[in-house]
Amino acid sequence: MSAVPESSERTQPPLSAEGYLVEMRDISVSFGGVHAVNDVTINLRPGEVLGLVGGNGAGKSTLMKVLSGAQVPDSGQILIGGTAASIHNPRDARTYGIECIYQTLALADNLDAPANVFLGRELVQRTGVLDDPAMEDATRRLMKRLNPRFENFRSAVESLSGGQRQSVAIARAIQFNATILIMDEPTAALGPAETAQVRDLIRQLKTEGLGIFLISHDIHDVFDLADRISVMYHGRIVDTVDKDQVTTDEILGMIILGKKPGDATREELDAFRIAG
Amino acid sequence: MSEAATPSALSVGDRLRQLPHSGRALARTADIDTRLVGLLAALAIIWIGFNVATGGSFLTARNLWNLSVQSASIAIMATGMVLVIVSRNIDLSVGSMLGFIGYTMAMAQTTWLPEAFGLGLGHPVIWIATVILGIVLGLGMGLLQGFVIAYGFIPSFIVTLGGLLVWRGLIFQYAQGQTIAPLDTTFRLLGGGPQGSLGEWGSWALGLIAVAIVIAGLLLLRRRQAKYGFQVRPVWATVVLGIVAAVVILGAVWVTTAYPWPENLANQYAQQHGLEIPPGGFIIPTGIAYPVLITIGVAIVMTHLAERRRFGRNVYAIGGNPQAAELSGINTKRTIMLVFGVMGLLAGVSAIVQTARLNAAVTGLGVTNELDVISAAVIGGTSFIGGIGTIPGAVLGAVVMQSLRSGMVQLRVDSPTQDIVVGIVLVAAVGFDAWLRRRST
Repeated sequence: MSAVPESSERTQPPLSAEGYLVEMRDISVSFGGVHAVNDVTINLRPGEVLGLVGGNGAGKSTLMKVLSGAQVPDSGQILIGGTAASIHNPRDARTYGIECIYQTLALADNLDAPANVFLGRELVQRTGVLDDPAMEDATRRLMKRLNPRFENFRSAVESLSGGQRQSVAIARAIQFNATILIMDEPTAALGPAETAQVRDLIRQLKTEGLGIFLISHDIHDVFDLADRISVMYHGRIVDTVDKDQVTTDEILGMIILGKKPGDATREELDAFRIAG
Repeated sequence: MSEAATPSALSVGDRLRQLPHSGRALARTADIDTRLVGLLAALAIIWIGFNVATGGSFLTARNLWNLSVQSASIAIMATGMVLVIVSRNIDLSVGSMLGFIGYTMAMAQTTWLPEAFGLGLGHPVIWIATVILGIVLGLGMGLLQGFVIAYGFIPSFIVTLGGLLVWRGLIFQYAQGQTIAPLDTTFRLLGGGPQGSLGEWGSWALGLIAVAIVIAGLLLLRRRQAKYGFQVRPVWATVVLGIVAAVVILGAVWVTTAYPWPENLANQYAQQHGLEIPPGGFIIPTGIAYPVLITIGVAIVMTHLAERRRFGRNVYAIGGNPQAAELSGINTKRTIMLVFGVMGLLAGVSAIVQTARLNAAVTGLGVTNELDVISAAVIGGTSFIGGIGTIPGAVLGAVVMQSLRSGMVQLRVDSPTQDIVVGIVLVAAVGFDAWLRRRST
């Protein structure tokens, strides 16, 4: 029935020979003549947070839409645990353990937390009747782990705070044994306390062995949470670097100039410093 | 299990704080739908108001029995319209569908089945076959419209506006303005009337069964919630709810049985059965009319579908956030198509009730019914924002509308004035609802 995996019983997902959970190879997506994503290769290990940064229209969200099945790529290959995956829609993605937490939250505001957590995958009794108590119970147990102060299990989520709504969205993502999490601006709509709460949550999911793609405009979010950072610029990856080996300035430079620190000219760097 | 939720874990202070302070808090503690209570209060005011204005002729068994029968057809369709509006759609074609289905059923039972199939008039298969035909035809028409809406990406307003014209046009085309009457004698009973009712003992038996089911349901819910250690409705609330439900159900049964058959019909019955007619006249209690029985059955099934089934949950999710529903893997297109299928099926059921009650099919059957049905759903709390609305609310909405009309008829208010009043009530009800909603959030 309601299988809420405790952290210890989370099944280990298969990995590729190099230890990758996900490999996206040579992915391209174009809209009309515009290359939204241009020949991008990116990968993710279990227990790793990969920060995806870049200006507006750099292609971060489109790249992640490809992984979550919301966008079919023109070319390229996705490998999950070392084997080729065919992802054509969100349902496909889910069968590979990929869950997405969208910028706009994607909750049904008129329903309560359990109904949202189990949206599209409702638990039913043998007679086909919804098993609301079981769904509420599973949600309560999940929330005890994610957000112990959460207690509004029977009111419509529209009446909840931003942070509480975000925990409902995250609960929904991890309820079904997700191994790969895509978070698109998870703290964009939140206040400082709620942001801290969500950051704690991400750290916890990381220790449980999930691989997380984190899209964020907030460079502090990224530096706080990510192990590696990929910078995108006009549909391409500028560079993927270990967080410990870069400074925020270097990342900002890559976001704005679209070049690695070594490749930028004196003038460009000076201009950037003045602008920054 | 969640030990934090068990009452024993609460301190005395927590318990004190949980005691209800206001009406709204009281309703929350007792787990009662405040909107529904408000609607019931409005209905009570309307009833009492008309009773005073008519000098006591509104709250009579006879009038209430008639009211229940008159509300049936709109109430049946309103339960389907709730799901349609909740899913952010609209169905303007229900009146025309009803007309078309009614006409087809009338042809089937007076011409096709008796002649083409050689059953002869009055054969018991005729009414059953006709009923099945009406329901299946309605389902098919609804699914067709739903298919065009969901898979053709054409707004439901347009598709069903087209449906409104097409189905009505088809009636005129093949009926050529003719009325088909009379209908099969057994089929006719489905429209109510003295013979088309459960009678005294049947009504009481049904009432008692209903009370038993309500009590069993309340207890079952307690047990299920307690099993998971959830907050359970306080015992006093369960007891009060049980008593209120029992009083309402048995009271309604009592009212229907207090309405006797018309005297000449009763006397005729007595003569046929060789019974002696007492000095006060022979009295046969009417009981619950079949259309009302059908309405109650439909309301129960639809409530179950809306609240206790995946289908209903998904419809509400689509209404709340269509994108979220799609992204969560719900097959939104199929769900929308089925919503319209259900709506069509219910138009079929209403067509049975209306043609049986009229004992005829006329070309104007069901004209402007779509407006009454939409009004009933909206007065009952269904919101055009989507995602919000209840089946019992819509049924009550239909009763409120019919009460207004019936009361005004008794006060000899002319038909245009009736329309003006109903129109104002409709807008005021929605405005009031929106105001309440804004205040509560």
